[in-house]
Amino acid sequence: MTLLRHLVAALVAGAVIWAASVQLNAFRDFQMAQIAVYVVAIAGLSVLIGLSGQISLGHGAFMAVGAYTAALLMLHLNWPLWAVFPASAAVTALAGAVVGLAAARLHGPYLAGATLMLAVALPSLATRFPGVFGGDQGLSVTVIPPAALGATFPPTRWLAWVCALAALVALVVLANLGRSRIGRNWRAIRDDPVAAALSGLNVARLRVLAFVVSAATAGLAGAMLAVTTSLVSPGSFTLSLSIALLAGAVLGGLGTLTGALWGALVIVLVPTYVTDVATSHGLSGGVAANIPIAAYGAVLILVMIMFPDGIQGGLRRLAAPFLPTPPTRLGSPGRPPPAGEHTEGLDSPYRRPPVSEHQEEGTS
Amino acid sequence: MNKSHRLRLPVIAAAVTASLVAAGCGSSSSSGSGGSGGGAAASAPGITSNQILIGSHQPLTGPAAPGYSEISAASNAYFQYVNAHGGVYGRKIKYTYLDDAYDPSKTVSVVHQLVLQNSVFSIFNGLGTPTHLAVVKYLNTTKVPDVFIASGCDCWNNPAAYPYSFGWQLDYVREGKILGAYIKQHFAGKKIGYFYQNDEFGQDGVKGLDFQIPHSQVVSRQSYVPTNVNIGPQAAALKASGAQVVVAFSIPAFTALLKLAALRVGWNPTFVVSDVGSDPITLAGLLEAFAKQGGATVSGNALTQGIITDGYLPTLGNMSNSWIALFEKVHSTYDAKAPMDGNVLYGEAVAYTFVQAMIKAGKNPTRASLVKAISGGLPQGPSVAPYNYSATDHGGMMGAFIGVIKNGAIVQQGPVWTTDTTSAGAVTQFSGTQPAAPASGMP
Repeated sequence: MTLLRHLVAALVAGAVIWAASVQLNAFRDFQMAQIAVYVVAIAGLSVLIGLSGQISLGHGAFMAVGAYTAALLMLHLNWPLWAVFPASAAVTALAGAVVGLAAARLHGPYLAGATLMLAVALPSLATRFPGVFGGDQGLSVTVIPPAALGATFPPTRWLAWVCALAALVALVVLANLGRSRIGRNWRAIRDDPVAAALSGLNVARLRVLAFVVSAATAGLAGAMLAVTTSLVSPGSFTLSLSIALLAGAVLGGLGTLTGALWGALVIVLVPTYVTDVATSHGLSGGVAANIPIAAYGAVLILVMIMFPDGIQGGLRRLAAPFLPTPPTRLGSPGRPPPAGEHTEGLDSPYRRPPVSEHQEEGTS
Repeated sequence: MNKSHRLRLPVIAAAVTASLVAAGCGSSSSSGSGGSGGGAAASAPGITSNQILIGSHQPLTGPAAPGYSEISAASNAYFQYVNAHGGVYGRKIKYTYLDDAYDPSKTVSVVHQLVLQNSVFSIFNGLGTPTHLAVVKYLNTTKVPDVFIASGCDCWNNPAAYPYSFGWQLDYVREGKILGAYIKQHFAGKKIGYFYQNDEFGQDGVKGLDFQIPHSQVVSRQSYVPTNVNIGPQAAALKASGAQVVVAFSIPAFTALLKLAALRVGWNPTFVVSDVGSDPITLAGLLEAFAKQGGATVSGNALTQGIITDGYLPTLGNMSNSWIALFEKVHSTYDAKAPMDGNVLYGEAVAYTFVQAMIKAGKNPTRASLVKAISGGLPQGPSVAPYNYSATDHGGMMGAFIGVIKNGAIVQQGPVWTTDTTSAGAVTQFSGTQPAAPASGMP
């Protein structure tokens, strides 16, 4: 039933995106593709942090793995897109499994540090082996719309379609996973690993699995990025990308898939919009150039102060009086369930409860 | 599970799609109109009866911003000068340069915005090899002129694949050949060591050097990547090889690191540094800053003394050169806040070339007429050597002079040399003289 509901929701969303892409101009179509890329990347990270309670500062590196896989498959083997996307996700899932095996033994700042290292080190492999990865210049891939759509079909609309479809498939899979037994188990080990272990859950295996799923999603996002930007180069996978993904996940609301959309919208649209405003008001170059960064920071601070649960959490709180009463065991009627509630859906953001030292131990 | 969950999902789906649509609609009303000035004068996208809209991707923030962010502002200063003096056939140039932070993904994004949203007539002076490589195919398939790219990569000069792209500055292969010819003549029999950035920039430079310097003379070839500042091993290897002359195709920071590493081990070869990594003002500042980090005090100007380099624009401070006088004047009127350095000179000179090309493209310019105008050759302007533009050559400048840094400034040594990018092509003395800048300051 859950699957059916998610599929219907995805079909409705797909129909609206299709209608919008036909109406909008070519640049808006391109932005739609970009948003789809970030939605997927942030959703994967959000599942990792919000559901399984682990952190990663290295998701930019996983995107790089997916992007290079996609580029190599398309350049050397001429694989079609429908095969390239799953293959990139699968290869990145393998990388995620390796990292996850180490990550399951680390927690808190140690895990953050280890994944940070990944974000810094992995892209430089591309400059180390220029023969395979094209060095600093990277690999160039070209995606053209199928001839059946006609010669005048805007290429960016094709990109928007491809990326939106991939994003919807990924979101349906993640939504179902989150509502399944695996998702419930992730919440259990997140909230209290000791209690979860005593209940018979294999905490380490669940953590590795979360990393694998999250990395596969990031790999798919990387392949989508490769297609969107038609180039895969190390300069695209800097540390700031990993940080931006984390910021997007927190901004949107950790552990929620809708939150991933809010995060992606902020990351893609705020800089463009603010640049437009700044340049149209004739600000000097040095000032105008830095305004998007300042605006992004301001949005981040404002959201964190006003909606500590992220945008999705804030919206839910604002909408709470108008929605049917959610089931609660601790909260009063008419309020959203308290954070960490096991019955929560994927649309309610996770706020990490205070964890005492003894809970963090015994994780292996 | 229960009723509320069942209700919520469609709500989310609606919210998702509504926001996507809202995001898309955002400011699309202001876009796509392009030639709102209308009339017969709107001959191409970005051209109206009173305006020429051009765009660029530039590193205004991020690691490449110091120095390079001055270039676009300086170009804009020259365009303002032109606009104040009647514009191009009455049209004012509007230059929209967006920040890509030297990140190729962002380059793709901002160039799509400029082409699809702002409907620019042309992309002008897009900066950086890895960044511009991300958009060169896109610009050529959408037939947007991609003129005077701010990178000396020989890769732009490919009219068959990139009919709409044009380089401008002296390419690194020619530069390597000119430096190589000087070394072959003046350091015959000496041991030569190479120090180069391991990308298109350094590799093209080495290619040019190898066309001229006998291979038996080259005793060591050391490369670096810009992300790793530990160049101790390379410096040690160069010293151990007994190199008496070190040729560096490096960016300023790595020229400074190499010089300091040599100083530390008491090794004092002759340094020959490409134009990119030899701006005396930048170098002196970096040398002093790096030495300070290491707890030492050095005089930057003393350390750059005697470095051999080359230049394709007249040397700064030479006020008897009419071009320097013109650009200093424009700079002090429209861009006085920035220091008058090599980046500002570059930005103004390339803007002058663009105005030259636009005038040649005619009263009702089209994208094709701009490409045709440049392919038909441009008269020599602020550069010391002529351009080599033709239907089969989209490279740019043909030559440079050799200079030596003396007391913090580059001093020209001897004539201007020109050459081509082939292994057999000779390095010959340029027989012409640089024309003076027009008194009006307009091409």
